Amino acid sequence: MSKRQRARLFRGIQYGILVVALLVLVLAADWDALGRAFFDPAVIANQFPEVMTVALVNTITYTAMGFAFALAFGLVIALMRLSSVGPYRWIATLYIEFFRGLPALLVFLALGVGVGYAFGLNLDRSLSIMLALGLVGGAYIAETIRAGIQAVPKGQVEAARSLGMSPARTMITVVIPQAFRIILPPLTNELILLTKDSSLAFILGSTLAQHELTQFARNALNTDRSLTPIVVAGFCYLMITLPLSYLSRRLERRFGKGARTGPGRE
Amino acid sequence: MSDTTQPVVEISGLHKSFGSLQVLRGVDLQVERGQVVCVIGPSGSGKSTLLRCVNLLEEPTSGSVVVNGVELTDPDCDIDAARVRIGMVFQSFNLFAHLSVLENLTVAQRKVLRRSKEQAEEVARRNLARVGLTDKEHAMPAQLSGGQQQRAAIARALSMDPEVMLFDEPTSALDPELVGDVLGVMRQLAEEGMTMLVVTHEMQFAREVADQVVFMDGGGIIEQGDPASVIGAPSHERTRTFLSRVLDPTHHGPSDPAV
Repeated sequence: MSKRQRARLFRGIQYGILVVALLVLVLAADWDALGRAFFDPAVIANQFPEVMTVALVNTITYTAMGFAFALAFGLVIALMRLSSVGPYRWIATLYIEFFRGLPALLVFLALGVGVGYAFGLNLDRSLSIMLALGLVGGAYIAETIRAGIQAVPKGQVEAARSLGMSPARTMITVVIPQAFRIILPPLTNELILLTKDSSLAFILGSTLAQHELTQFARNALNTDRSLTPIVVAGFCYLMITLPLSYLSRRLERRFGKGARTGPGRE
Repeated sequence: MSDTTQPVVEISGLHKSFGSLQVLRGVDLQVERGQVVCVIGPSGSGKSTLLRCVNLLEEPTSGSVVVNGVELTDPDCDIDAARVRIGMVFQSFNLFAHLSVLENLTVAQRKVLRRSKEQAEEVARRNLARVGLTDKEHAMPAQLSGGQQQRAAIARALSMDPEVMLFDEPTSALDPELVGDVLGVMRQLAEEGMTMLVVTHEMQFAREVADQVVFMDGGGIIEQGDPASVIGAPSHERTRTFLSRVLDPTHHGPSDPAV
């Protein structure tokens, strides 16, 4: 058998396995049971409209607050990481390594429960969520922003300084705007991760009106005794994250090419 | 304001090392008002570093640089203020990639010189006209050819009303057919009386436009004088070797000993 024939045979076998597996699945599965478990129309009807008007809105709100804080905080940490003052660099590095290494759940616990026990001071629930998501997201975002700042060609800084701009002015006017273009795609990924992390808010306890998607689904799971609420919540998450992924890919394509001036001399 | 008899650029005893590598070993050079000085020499001779020391993009290890009567090497010197009057043009253009051509020309006028938007745009348009890019003010840098980008970069530097312009191999990154546009703009600037310090490999430009040609090698000035003598009748062996390689490159095999 020639090499080409062998390759063709091998590809044929791969398709064959796929077809057989699908056939077995279709014939063997109990579609009625599956349909009842995952797509029970009565249970789906039960979820609406609260899953949208309350849970989805809460998830988006928590994520947006956390992301805003993470972005501002991450920028500060990134600038500290690049500072010429040694201790600032050390603090920033320590911070990043520490918070990147912790499960987000632990941070939620610390802020929502630990702070209360330790200082007898009860943080507002929304504030706790924002802080927890911001502290964790900020550590990741700081590294992303730092990489973005360092990816701005050195010539851009030299040109700005040659025109008499101070280092701070150069950073604000030339470097940061360009860094953000470079990091928009990874930043969108951070936003997606944060959207999912917002589910950890359940650990802080919540009233019905404070439920976000995961907690909402969990509740419905107990009352409706079905897998359907989880499927509904899953679709709601996808309603947030899929457009973000799409946006991220588009931005990547748009900024990926032609965004540079001339030949870089790196 | 500045004394007209005093040189615009006065470099004395300039040394620059990167770690243990000595790039400049005691350079003295003066550029008089209205003069065009071209610096030529093989790569690695320190000519770009010399130019970058004139606006302190590189910090000299020792020696002094005085521009427009201000000693830039003085630690108390306000370097940002001094750089406003020193225009710099780079080999790789370095237009701000996120700004349109017009914004490239106005951003420093507004943020550094605190000019109004109207005034900055008026100055910018005047300088775009000087370099022949009037119709490109709304283009983004990436949409321009290399030659257009470099002319926009020259216009950006001119918009700050510099006393002296520094050119760091301004045509080295250009396709051959675009070199002429940029050299034409530079020649016109020279004819208008701009003080210029130009690091270049364009021997014809140096010969025709320069008042003085400086040949550098190994971190020092080997010889300097009017173009006719330095390029036309070099007195130093190293200059002769360099020039014959540049002007007649096909007649040298790779086995030629390095200069």
